[in-house]
Amino acid sequence: MEVLKAFPLGQYIPSNSFLHKLDAKAKIIASFWLILFIFLLRLNLSYLFILLLILLGIYISSIPFKYFLKSLKPVYFLILFTLIIHLFFGEEGGKVFWRFGIIRITELGIKMAIFMSLRLIFIVMITSLLTLTTSVLELAQALEDLLKPLAILKFPVHEFSMMMTIAIRFVPTLLDETDKIIKAQKARGAEFGKGSIVNQAKSLLPIIIPLFINAFRRANELAEAMESRCYRGAQGRTRYRNSYWSLKESLFITFIFCYSVLLLIMF
Amino acid sequence: MIEVKGVNYTYQPGTIQEKVALRNINLEIPSPSFLCIVGANGSGKSTFARLINGLLIPQVGDVIVDGINTKDEDKLWEIRKNVGLVFQNPDNQIVGMTVEEDIAFGCENLGLPPKEIEERIEFALKAVGMEEYRKYPPYLLSGGQKQRVAIAGVLAMLPKYIVLDEPTTMLDPKGRKEIMEIIKNLYEKEKKTIILITHHMEEAIWAERIIVFFKGEIVAQGNPKEIFSKDELLELWGLNLPLTTRISKCLYERGFNLPHPLLSPEELALWL
Repeated sequence: MEVLKAFPLGQYIPSNSFLHKLDAKAKIIASFWLILFIFLLRLNLSYLFILLLILLGIYISSIPFKYFLKSLKPVYFLILFTLIIHLFFGEEGGKVFWRFGIIRITELGIKMAIFMSLRLIFIVMITSLLTLTTSVLELAQALEDLLKPLAILKFPVHEFSMMMTIAIRFVPTLLDETDKIIKAQKARGAEFGKGSIVNQAKSLLPIIIPLFINAFRRANELAEAMESRCYRGAQGRTRYRNSYWSLKESLFITFIFCYSVLLLIMF
Repeated sequence: MIEVKGVNYTYQPGTIQEKVALRNINLEIPSPSFLCIVGANGSGKSTFARLINGLLIPQVGDVIVDGINTKDEDKLWEIRKNVGLVFQNPDNQIVGMTVEEDIAFGCENLGLPPKEIEERIEFALKAVGMEEYRKYPPYLLSGGQKQRVAIAGVLAMLPKYIVLDEPTTMLDPKGRKEIMEIIKNLYEKEKKTIILITHHMEEAIWAERIIVFFKGEIVAQGNPKEIFSKDELLELWGLNLPLTTRISKCLYERGFNLPHPLLSPEELALWL
């Protein structure tokens, strides 16, 4: 069970804020738009306004700021790397402060270093705003709705979303099972994480094979259970959680859109 | 009424792995009633469960549910709507990411409007006593609770018949008791037709009629008292008498004045 507890099913933090209640489709569209938009912005004061927008979002999400800092953790290194590359190997431009061989610190280099790191931070923050306020289930269903136009191209939208939902649903189950198998193999004297890389990989086989066999067995039983409950794909199916796109969502999208276009014109 | 007429079922016929699961099964299940099917492993009882709702189609004979043959592919969904099937492993039959989502799954497949699904979720949760767990993800529930969710998911489709294929096998004694209470309730209060498949004879004492499967054939049927009095035969068929009945049998054989067989512990306590 230890593995299970350590596993966060998505990053979702339940609350009752405006952002939580907003339809997931609106949130996905807004996030994608903003991320795309950040790449269009010129590198100037406009970044300050993006920062303001994100801070506003964090404020109304009523999620403690530390969660956003935590979400930056996996990309710390990437940000640092970007910073260093741009700072020391920056493009020629403006004043040159220092030069040693191929290493140089230039005015343009400093500017790029700051803006590129900010860009990364913004992207992570925006995605976090989405994933912290939206449950995985809502995300999967919203994605189904957003992909619906692809059905014209014979893309199996419903099946795709059902696949995702089931995959997510079975993650804790399979993790729990992995835990059991590891313990069972250890009880028989198996050693994991020792020796050369090849040996370590080999020692994983006794975990993976039973896990796979069980996963197939589960899949078979689940299919029987689903068929018994009249499942036949999207045909004739309704949804309990109906998507809701109200005035609130339209206003939200309009606001994000106008705000960003205004920034693009002004700066 | 479910009619099973001269049904034979063979797995992978015509191959080396050919395995006859059921032979010449004839059965009538009136509605409502509480039927229990007992048999050792490999007696064909799980195959029987899958034949009733058309997951498997018999090679010989017919299964007719309320006048609809399971061979009629167009009406198969009508049958599955009326015959709910609960499986052994609760983990492998829960589709939803939360309890309510899972209960909604069957109703969604029936194409019901959200408002009605809402009502049915409430009804089903109440029937299995899981109201507080509505928003829980399945991995935070115990085995017994998961099986209750699975039953609720079937119940929300308002089936006339509920087939339970060894629903308590994976559960601890507490979970087993909970599930049996719910099954009894479904029969007594909701007036469902229950077809309980099990190899725990203790669970069969509540049934109106017990059918014993052995190597793919029906070898005995009758009410619990009739079945439990065939103790030697039951052993031959790979079944154990419930503890209460075993005690009452021993006492009876040693000349104590009490009827044999006794079924429930309460009854035994009364006589002692």
